[in-house]
Amino acid sequence: MIGPEIETLINLLSRMPGLGPRSARRAVLHLVRKRESLLLPLADALQTARDSIVTCTTCGAIDTIDPCTICADPRRDDSVICVVEDVGDLWALERAKATKGRYHVLGGVLSALDGVGPEDLSLAGLKTRCDTGLVQEVILATNATVEGQSTAHYIMDMLKGSDVKVSRLAHGVPVGGELDYLDDGTLAEAMKSRTEF
Amino acid sequence: MQWNAEGIVLSSRRHGETSVIIEVFTKEFGRCAGLVRGGTGRRLRPVLQPGNSVQADWKARLSEHLGVFTVEATTARVAAAMAHPKTLAALTSVCALLRFLPERNGYPRLYDTTCTLLDNLDDMDVWLPLMVRFELALLEETGFGLDLESCAANGSNLNLTHISPRSGRAVSAEAAEPYLDKLFPMPQFFRDARAAVSLEDVKNGLAITGHFLTVRLLHQLEENMPESRARLLHMLDDLTDF
Repeated sequence: MIGPEIETLINLLSRMPGLGPRSARRAVLHLVRKRESLLLPLADALQTARDSIVTCTTCGAIDTIDPCTICADPRRDDSVICVVEDVGDLWALERAKATKGRYHVLGGVLSALDGVGPEDLSLAGLKTRCDTGLVQEVILATNATVEGQSTAHYIMDMLKGSDVKVSRLAHGVPVGGELDYLDDGTLAEAMKSRTEF
Repeated sequence: MQWNAEGIVLSSRRHGETSVIIEVFTKEFGRCAGLVRGGTGRRLRPVLQPGNSVQADWKARLSEHLGVFTVEATTARVAAAMAHPKTLAALTSVCALLRFLPERNGYPRLYDTTCTLLDNLDDMDVWLPLMVRFELALLEETGFGLDLESCAANGSNLNLTHISPRSGRAVSAEAAEPYLDKLFPMPQFFRDARAAVSLEDVKNGLAITGHFLTVRLLHQLEENMPESRARLLHMLDDLTDF
């Protein structure tokens, strides 16, 4: 019915998150129909990305330059490092303009289930950065999951000897959240971490 | 096949984009795995954290199938446990150890001990001795329980002060005398439930249960001791009192 090149394209696209074989087929059909305005620019963009994407040797983020845009930005606060699990978390914090500090991407979390130990994360790099004397605060922005918080506690332990303040993100009621629909644990944590109003 | 029971979530692993495969430890049906549709969603993710209790409804066409869970939160313990490194390490260690149990075999006593331990994680005086009791119960339920009724050397049931690392049996003070460097000192609360428990007793107790879990249970399963347990022991080293 269709050539192997198109079939390969459909197969590859169907492996993307959010896409199945049917939606991949639709996407390919759309690309083929808009060959000049979409397919060629997309192919070029993919080629360029493949050739230029690097992992920042300082923080572990993904960018097209090394050190990355954030690490190279002189307006960033050198005294604060925000530790995140993954590049996606870094992007989320950047979207929210949550911090003007630098970042450190761990590349995962400690997980007995997946066999991820401390040596599999970029913890040595974080320790080296903290030992430079420039850093005054490390914000642990790991997910509020058992694995994320276990990793945060591990890092807190690791940095015990350093002269660095360690903080973590608050746990509590999200904006737009209704108390009635929150899980008991989060509600109790929110009550415990209440602030003066 | 269908059953409904309350259970403790032991693990949660992403499956596809929206589902997760969880393991639940129930009183009646033991450790069971199943798929939770929509488990990665905002509503269910906090519920499916290891250590929380859920009311689980398990359905499968055949009993040997993986099955599908429908869950509802009953006791959320994780958020409180996350605040302290020791309680979080204890909680993850308990969940990891329970994953060494055979599947679909009920352990009612071990379930009750686990619930008592997890429900008391806010009180260190209580949960630390309970942690040792939990591991003793785990050894017993898996068939590797310690025999503390009489001395392995002379059969006496008086003045039992040590435990043999080889047989897992109690040893009396007289019989232990020449081998003190090789035997485990037995915490008194192992035999007397009303005995006062010191931090030293807990550390000794965890050393004993850790040894037998490693050489008896984990060796057979070709598994290693969970890293979270090692972390908990490391944290206890820094403590001088409860």
